Amino acid sequence: MSAIFKRELRSLFSSPLAYLVLAVLFAISGYYFYLANMEFGYRSLNYVFSALYSYACFLVLPILTMRLFSEEKRQKTDQALFTAPVSLTGIVMGKFFAAFLVFLIGISITLVFAVVIAFMTNPGWLSVFGNYIGLMLYGGMLVAAGLFFSCLTESQLIAALCTFAFELVLSSVNYLTTVFADNKFVETVVNFLSVSDRYSHFTAGAIHYGDIVFFLSMTALFIFLAVRVLDRKRWA
Amino acid sequence: MIEVEHLSKSYGQHVAVRDLTFSVAEGEILGFLGPNGAGKSTTMNMLTGYLSATAGKITVNGFDVLAEPNAAKASIGYLPEMPPLYPDMTVKEYLNFMYDLKRCQLPRQKHLAEICHLVKIEDVAERLIKNLSKGYRQRVGLAQALIGNPPVLILDEPTVGLDPNQIIEIRTLIKSLGKHHTVILSSHILPEVEAVCDRLIIVADGQIVADGTPAELAKAQANDTRLTVEIEGDESEISALLNALPGVKSVVALGKKEAGAYAFRIQPNAGADIRRALFTRLAEAGMVLLSSRSNEPSLEELFISLTHGDNAQKEGEDA
Repeated sequence: MSAIFKRELRSLFSSPLAYLVLAVLFAISGYYFYLANMEFGYRSLNYVFSALYSYACFLVLPILTMRLFSEEKRQKTDQALFTAPVSLTGIVMGKFFAAFLVFLIGISITLVFAVVIAFMTNPGWLSVFGNYIGLMLYGGMLVAAGLFFSCLTESQLIAALCTFAFELVLSSVNYLTTVFADNKFVETVVNFLSVSDRYSHFTAGAIHYGDIVFFLSMTALFIFLAVRVLDRKRWA
Repeated sequence: MIEVEHLSKSYGQHVAVRDLTFSVAEGEILGFLGPNGAGKSTTMNMLTGYLSATAGKITVNGFDVLAEPNAAKASIGYLPEMPPLYPDMTVKEYLNFMYDLKRCQLPRQKHLAEICHLVKIEDVAERLIKNLSKGYRQRVGLAQALIGNPPVLILDEPTVGLDPNQIIEIRTLIKSLGKHHTVILSSHILPEVEAVCDRLIIVADGQIVADGTPAELAKAQANDTRLTVEIEGDESEISALLNALPGVKSVVALGKKEAGAYAFRIQPNAGADIRRALFTRLAEAGMVLLSSRSNEPSLEELFISLTHGDNAQKEGEDA
């Protein structure tokens, strides 16, 4: 797993991909930090976080994850991975953590902003950490989903589009309650699946076990599915 | 070293490999021969655990590929048809990665240096793989397979795309590797397996059609006593003379070879030796025998008769 992790990280940083992803994350959060915190003098980093949550991750994560497995398959390098004495889970986890680390570096710029603010006033550390942890869990789930879609196809484009589509579905789940008004069952399902509801708990600095477990289990689910898909291909 | 029992693989309706049973002894170099699409790569992918078999059992170095995949995989060095190289890495980075991936325990620097020396890639160690020629890529692929000194080497068409000099180099290398490793190599090039392998398995349409040493297999063809001759003179006269020779079964005209000379292939009757009679009759007629060659019993013929006939028929049916 560590060999795969190291190679993947090197590969991300030896192509423009990781730099592009980091640049986009830094630019978007930097823009909001400048506007909200520097220009308008807000103390809280909520604008930065909500920009990251609502569209920066949305844009960047499918791009970051699209080539994880599709590229291996296209180059036939998967033959080296799958014939090495390493478990499929180890291979998948190595790749997941490499992509996740890049994402983590990207969003950690917010901690720098918080420290900058701390020189002047209290940035509201509870909310900063709540947001950060929420973003981390949300991003982890999307990285796992992107990785899963990348296992399904040899085409990076299709992998990225699938991840986009998944993000769209996930973020529009809440609208279902207005379509199926007064339907208890739909409401329960939507409430359970509503990522934005769960994420909003974190932004308020409230950390519920249920939310953490939800995001972690979604992540685990996609990693598990990715392993199953790769294993299934051997039998097809 | 390798035991394969009743191995089958189907992709949906299409059966790629059917009921393959063979074993490879330690230190043997086995050639896996067959036309394209015969199931060679599929079989190798199953041996290495890249694909799972639909039915059957594979044991490598005493480990069942299905039950103990990691132990089995650790005993195998695999060079797939397309070397699994990352174009954005240098040769050195790549080999170090494969060393880590295979959890090799041998002293890193020394072991990798030995391998680089063996396959002669020391001078490109710092180059990016994407800038390497096909021949070098193939060698880096081979180097990767050798990491960890696995007892079994599985090489899928190791000389494809190389120039004649490189082909000879790689063959020599494989032959020398055969002293310490059990090697399975696939090819559709006959002279290659003939030159390198101790034993041949010919597959066609997913089945074994022949299994034996090159000599044994050639013996099956040894009753071929055809003679190819080149004679100076008039084509129809020569043809008439040849047909009139005692013991000649049939004569096939092969056309003009040089000015005023024609080539023929003569099939004598079983057991007949026509060479002396041929000489005297030609001398009497004042025709010059420019060359005469008995057809060596060749694996090629066997290969074609075993595999090609089948396939040509199949293709005809498909069309």
